[in-house]
Amino acid sequence: MRFLLAKDLRILRRSPLLVSLLVIYPIVIAVLVGLALSKGPDKPRVAILNELPQSGGSLSMGGTTVDPKDYANKLFESIDPVTVHSRAEAEQQVRDGKVLAAIIVPRDLIQRLQREITLSGTGEKPTVEVMYNAEDPIKQQFVQSTIDSRVGDLNKAVSTKLTQVAASYLKILLQGGKFSILGHDFDVLGLKRSKALVDSVLTRTPRGSPDAEALQRVSAFAELAIDNLDLSDTVLSSLSTPVKVDQHIVEGRRTPLDAYAVTVAVTLSLMLVCVLLAAGMLALEREEHAFARLVRGLVSRSALLTEKVVLAAGCSAVAALLMTAGISLFVSLDWARSPLWVVALGAGGLAFGALGVAIGALAREVRAASLLAILLALPIAFLALVPSGAVATGLYDAIRVISALFPFRAALDATGAALDDSGGLGAALVHLAALIVGWGLIARAALQRFA
Amino acid sequence: MTAAATDDGPALEARAVVRRFGDREALRGISFAAARGETLAIIGPNGAGKTTLLSILGGVLAPTSGDVSRDPRDVGWVPQQPAVYGKLTVAENLRLFARLEKVADPDAVVARMLEQTGLTERAGDELGTLSGGNRQRVNIAAGLLADPDVLLLDEPSSSLDPRQRARLWEFVGALARGGTAVVFTTHNVAEAERFADRVLVLADGELLFEGTPAALHEAVGSTELDFESAFVAFLRERGH
Repeated sequence: MRFLLAKDLRILRRSPLLVSLLVIYPIVIAVLVGLALSKGPDKPRVAILNELPQSGGSLSMGGTTVDPKDYANKLFESIDPVTVHSRAEAEQQVRDGKVLAAIIVPRDLIQRLQREITLSGTGEKPTVEVMYNAEDPIKQQFVQSTIDSRVGDLNKAVSTKLTQVAASYLKILLQGGKFSILGHDFDVLGLKRSKALVDSVLTRTPRGSPDAEALQRVSAFAELAIDNLDLSDTVLSSLSTPVKVDQHIVEGRRTPLDAYAVTVAVTLSLMLVCVLLAAGMLALEREEHAFARLVRGLVSRSALLTEKVVLAAGCSAVAALLMTAGISLFVSLDWARSPLWVVALGAGGLAFGALGVAIGALAREVRAASLLAILLALPIAFLALVPSGAVATGLYDAIRVISALFPFRAALDATGAALDDSGGLGAALVHLAALIVGWGLIARAALQRFA
Repeated sequence: MTAAATDDGPALEARAVVRRFGDREALRGISFAAARGETLAIIGPNGAGKTTLLSILGGVLAPTSGDVSRDPRDVGWVPQQPAVYGKLTVAENLRLFARLEKVADPDAVVARMLEQTGLTERAGDELGTLSGGNRQRVNIAAGLLADPDVLLLDEPSSSLDPRQRARLWEFVGALARGGTAVVFTTHNVAEAERFADRVLVLADGELLFEGTPAALHEAVGSTELDFESAFVAFLRERGH
């Protein structure tokens, strides 16, 4: 078998274009998928047309002034703002695809907000206008969700601040104290001190008199108000965040998105290199007419398959390890676990190799084998990446079964477990071992009609 | 299925070889023997079963029933298409197969084969850069690495020009004179007449004739016809 291995390595060495394609193509695909998974456009470019006047744009509620610029800055932190100076310019930027969307802040926004807060008008609600390009549904959905999310954050920040202001007023009403409004200072007695005064007067008022009865009712009202207003902070906080989200992981593990993207990228690369190489090199034996010469007593069919699987697994594992080492320059990986990387990638490579030789034995020609390998491997990989809950239960069960029959899911689990300390490596390796045997047997059966 | 050959028996013997592909019977109980130093041509129309018979003799295909006297590893097999690697050099190809054949001194055997086939100067050339004729010489050399007593050649001259064909048959003749039994298939019946001691005529998987070219002439009852015309007449007489 070592002579055949040496022969195949020599053939690969003399096929630089093939080897380059075999290595570069999977790495490009893997890196693109990895980037797509890990790097969302978290700071979308958004054009901002701010028509607010330069000064005087603040909200006042009682004695407190709220400057909307403080909250606008929060919005700008989560986007990449592009300042525009006219509505036409904003619209053109969106049309040209230079920005994902444009936000137009109207001149009268502060006045409308002021009217809302003080309940002093019946005009239109304060509105921020958003323009976006709906050239394709995916982009449209992305822009909508991004802008909704950012504007939602802004609304929440403003409402939280207003809630705090309202709570402070209620506290003054309850406890008493000083506050300013329209440049005048006021000293408010407060409900608690008012009740104390009423109760004091009540003790000096003859029982049964009409004044005593009236004072009694005022005191009872004050007590009721004090008891309930004591809860105002809690109630207002609940209104600003009515539902608290408490998250627990019951299945799977908490994996950083970067680490998951590395796992997917490395496994995808391993799969493509290995399956293409195993399928192609086996089919090449037939295309070179050498298969018949080899199996007439020189090499057994099983040994030939084993040699191709080992060749493909070795080459692809080396490529995947080099890729992992390269990625570790950008993403923090625990090098102390590198022996486990070798084990996981080696086992994954052997399973992909077994799948590859089965494809090569069935297709019998290099071009057909390569095409079949790509057509089969990529959908299997994407199926294995479908998360639970993303599709109907029955469909997801079917996807799980299909994924379990091919090596990608098991190799992904093994690589993930090897890259971070999340466990499950043993089970993934057992799964891969079963797949090596299964696909090896299919390849051996297909080889009966190979020559 | 194979059976052991004896030193004083034929170099190669096929006994009641049958091969079926599904319902189709490609070979129908073929039996013949080839002596040491004999050159035997298998001729017949397309689909007669010539390549199937040679593949069974070479151990590439297993017979459905019947047996062959030689273990495939003791038989040199040269398929119609060169079964060598285009990305390896001539010497690398021969060295690889010599090692797989487990010959005692691969380098010495390779050097001898390069000399015998006149390819010493092209030893370092990748096979893909050689002409069809030279590739066929490497193909034949690969079949002779283990110095077999029997050499099977499937359509050996089909891709060669006249000068290369002459060299091929000169080479094959030398092998036969050295005691090697040579069995070859061909569509060129003139080559069979000229270079074979005996011919086997196959049609539809059936062995119709076994004997010398002159005996085939006699079988059709005319010595005036050339060998190709006699062969066609023979097939027609037998309903093919």
